[in-house]
Amino acid sequence: MSYKYLSMPVYRLLQEFKTDPMKIFDYLELVYKVINGTENKIRSFITLISKDIVFKYVEKLVKEGLEKFDSLKLLGIPIAVKDNISTKGIRTTCASRMLENYIPPYNATVIERIIKEGGIIIGKTNMDEFAMGSTTETSAFYPTRNPWDLSRVPGGSSGGSAATLSAGEAPLALGSDTGGSIRNPAAFCGVYGLKPTYGLVSRYGLIAYASSMDQIGPMARNTMDLAILLNIIAGHDSKDSTSLLINGKDYVSLLKELTHKEPRLRIGIIKELFENSDEGIRSKTYKAVDMLCAYHDCLTISLPYGKQLVAAYYIIAMAEASSNLARFDGVRYGLKIPFENKGWDEIYSEVRTKGFGYEVKKRIALGAYILSVGYRDMYYIRALKFRRILKETFDKIFKSVDAVMSPTMPILPPKLGEFFEDPLRMYLADVNTVIANLIGVPAISIPIDFYNGLPVAVQIMSRQLTEEVLLYLSMQLEEKTRFRNIVAEVH
Amino acid sequence: MLINNLNILIGLEVHTQLTKLRSKLFCPTPADYRKSPPNTYVCPICLGLPGTLPVVNKKAVEYAIAVAKALNCEVSDKLVFVRKHYFYPDLPKNYQISQYIGPGFTAIARNGYVKIYADGKVKIIRIRRVNIEEDPGRIVYVGSIEISPYSLIDYNRSGIALLEIVTEPDMASPKEARAFLEKLIAILEYLGVTDPREEGAFRVDANISFEGFGRVEIKNIGSVKDVEKALTYEIIRQKKIIEQGGKVERETRHWNPSKGVTVSLRSKEYEEDYRYFPDPDLPPMKLDKSLIERISSALPELPDNRIARFTMQYGLDEYRASVLVLNKWLADFFEDAAKIYSNYKKLADLLITDFLRWINEYNLSPENFKATPLHIVKLLKLWDEGILSVKMVKEILPQIIKDGIDVESYVAASGYVKIIDKSYLHKIVEEVMKEHPKAVQDALSNPKAINYLIGLVMKKTGGKADPQITKEIIQEILSSIR
Repeated sequence: MSYKYLSMPVYRLLQEFKTDPMKIFDYLELVYKVINGTENKIRSFITLISKDIVFKYVEKLVKEGLEKFDSLKLLGIPIAVKDNISTKGIRTTCASRMLENYIPPYNATVIERIIKEGGIIIGKTNMDEFAMGSTTETSAFYPTRNPWDLSRVPGGSSGGSAATLSAGEAPLALGSDTGGSIRNPAAFCGVYGLKPTYGLVSRYGLIAYASSMDQIGPMARNTMDLAILLNIIAGHDSKDSTSLLINGKDYVSLLKELTHKEPRLRIGIIKELFENSDEGIRSKTYKAVDMLCAYHDCLTISLPYGKQLVAAYYIIAMAEASSNLARFDGVRYGLKIPFENKGWDEIYSEVRTKGFGYEVKKRIALGAYILSVGYRDMYYIRALKFRRILKETFDKIFKSVDAVMSPTMPILPPKLGEFFEDPLRMYLADVNTVIANLIGVPAISIPIDFYNGLPVAVQIMSRQLTEEVLLYLSMQLEEKTRFRNIVAEVH
Repeated sequence: MLINNLNILIGLEVHTQLTKLRSKLFCPTPADYRKSPPNTYVCPICLGLPGTLPVVNKKAVEYAIAVAKALNCEVSDKLVFVRKHYFYPDLPKNYQISQYIGPGFTAIARNGYVKIYADGKVKIIRIRRVNIEEDPGRIVYVGSIEISPYSLIDYNRSGIALLEIVTEPDMASPKEARAFLEKLIAILEYLGVTDPREEGAFRVDANISFEGFGRVEIKNIGSVKDVEKALTYEIIRQKKIIEQGGKVERETRHWNPSKGVTVSLRSKEYEEDYRYFPDPDLPPMKLDKSLIERISSALPELPDNRIARFTMQYGLDEYRASVLVLNKWLADFFEDAAKIYSNYKKLADLLITDFLRWINEYNLSPENFKATPLHIVKLLKLWDEGILSVKMVKEILPQIIKDGIDVESYVAASGYVKIIDKSYLHKIVEEVMKEHPKAVQDALSNPKAINYLIGLVMKKTGGKADPQITKEIIQEILSSIR
């Protein structure tokens, strides 16, 4: 199979596979060939399923499923899965020594749904440890490199998932997004990434970082492919009490319908989020604004919060993280140390000291402090208050506009190691993305162009449960920018 | 120090499992774990595996509301769960999903009360709050905690639904504490939400202090009797300290039931910080007024109402009525028997004295004793008819309880029947009078001496002669001689 298949969108691959299921094997052959060539440089995967196992799995799938092929919505499509999403029988590490050898006995709901639709899990992707970071450098194993520039980070925390896509190692990927962890690496790697409305996609099986903001979302190399994966994973799940009680929409049909009808929308341009961005990003993203505003009604809006956004986000995230990560004690699963002649409290200290990396320990310690009597009111309660105010602010904004637009990231992908010297800069770079998580609305990152050889992206947010609006605007931009199905040549 | 003038303040914190639920509080794993081997009633959720999420058992919430209503509590209009953080090996997530009263969260119910009868008086014990929470796993030691070289953890219990019921310090004696707990258990049993007799299903933390002195908490006492004993021990211990001019340490103590003493676990100089915050995995759930009303109106007859009904319907005094009612099975037994036997007081007396004593003696549970209401009524009727004497009734009763023997055939077979045949007795009496002319002379002059003659008749019949009929016959003959 020729390399042209590498840039083929999933919706085209599905047609090919349905007419001739043997092409699945050819395509997988190609994917593994790419992986063999790039993985030693990029290191997107923590666990890669061997080609043999995948082929055996697909053989069985093809043999048993021939009659229902037409109904399988992901038939034969390889999917890379972030390593904080539980996969039965496949090691799920969260890029942490703590879970280096942890094999879940159950599948996350999203994995169940993907498998049911004939999707093929080919591996578990690298990430920041427990999703805490914006560069994939806090991974306990190794950093992942940006396929567009190997000296730079792919973003994070879903850096491995984004890198697999832009390196051509997989056509679809799952990420998770707590404060931008899908959109940030999507922007840095030049791929599409969607953080759904909080509660649209089940969190069952997603190893929690900050439960009130975590969402699993699709990542792809074009808008339609995002819609295809979103269709599979969205919808109510009785195993997740925060899952919204709604019937899933057909995002593919909605996207086609909106693209056909082309309704005119009102779009808010968040002034401050452009002004705070690096020069190159500002100029490129204003071009994307112009593209959309040539058709839609745009108005400039102001969001006078800045650093408060980041502060509130990190306070809530760390508080919840300190609680969510309490369970890692080495008793039932995870890092094992010799138990002999030690009290349980000594064992816990040792396991947690050895098992967690610096960034994770820092966030657990700060989170525990934030929730302590005497400090809770000063930090946690105030952050919650701010979150409420922010929600009200956006409720008002979304009365006058259908969507708001900003750069996804205020900076270009930094060099490896750059942020270690300046962690505060890393936190502040999340300012544009944390908003959607704090208020629970959907947000998309759309690649639009390159600046100095590095991808630049815009972010669009819309009202709760209007993912189709984001997909529609993304498709319009995609048609204009032609930034689609692009695979980096990895040198 | 005039210690006898000091008030004793006792407050209780009761943990009761909702054993009648089919599944655990936050996962579908079955809840009847007791008969199965360790770590077989578990799933990824109650093991706290990464990525799992809790989904609340709606039936548990309904049970909690029923309990709250039965304890005369105000039920909250929303259900909020918080995470209570502490590291301990029996706690899989190292936080417990529980409830707490604080900013943005509350307990499912507050401000209730329970009426108790203590020393013939009615007393009100206030309920501070009722929480729903998950039970941790169970740590198993080899031998005992002191000598075990390691500890094992059984997660079968992990995630079982618990209610925490907290009282105000309204009890002034161990006896009142016991009366409260017996009443509470009865209420829970009448509601059908728990079987408090199941091992480990009912655990109590008791707080006790002399007014103005340090408060001591005795943790995890397993039975009502032990609560009474532990409190009694603590009162003596604290009294001694105060009398010697010492200071009662604020501490947590452990009750050792086999040694009958409390031992210090840890001092409680400051409150532990559990870093409570609302569980983000369980969004607040609205508790509709209609739901609360539906549960409230469907409550079964509760102990207080039944006691009142027993005094009205059967003419029992409050003491007898409450002894019966607080043992639900006994009250049920009583009512079944009362359908076919109308001397209610006699029935009640038999049940709350000898009957209950033998049940306890044989260590029988209501499920496995053999006596039926019909058995007891037959016994009472034979007694009423004079066929059985009190002594005989008391002799036969334990056999009915243990083996379920039919009293009528038993009486016939063992020759327990009294001789009531008048012509036969007449013959015996005449024989006796012939043999003992002196006794006859005595009886003629002194009516009390008749008893001696009766005794002689009894001796001759092996104790089977009916004393009443014998007496009548003797009197008849004596008057004819006179």
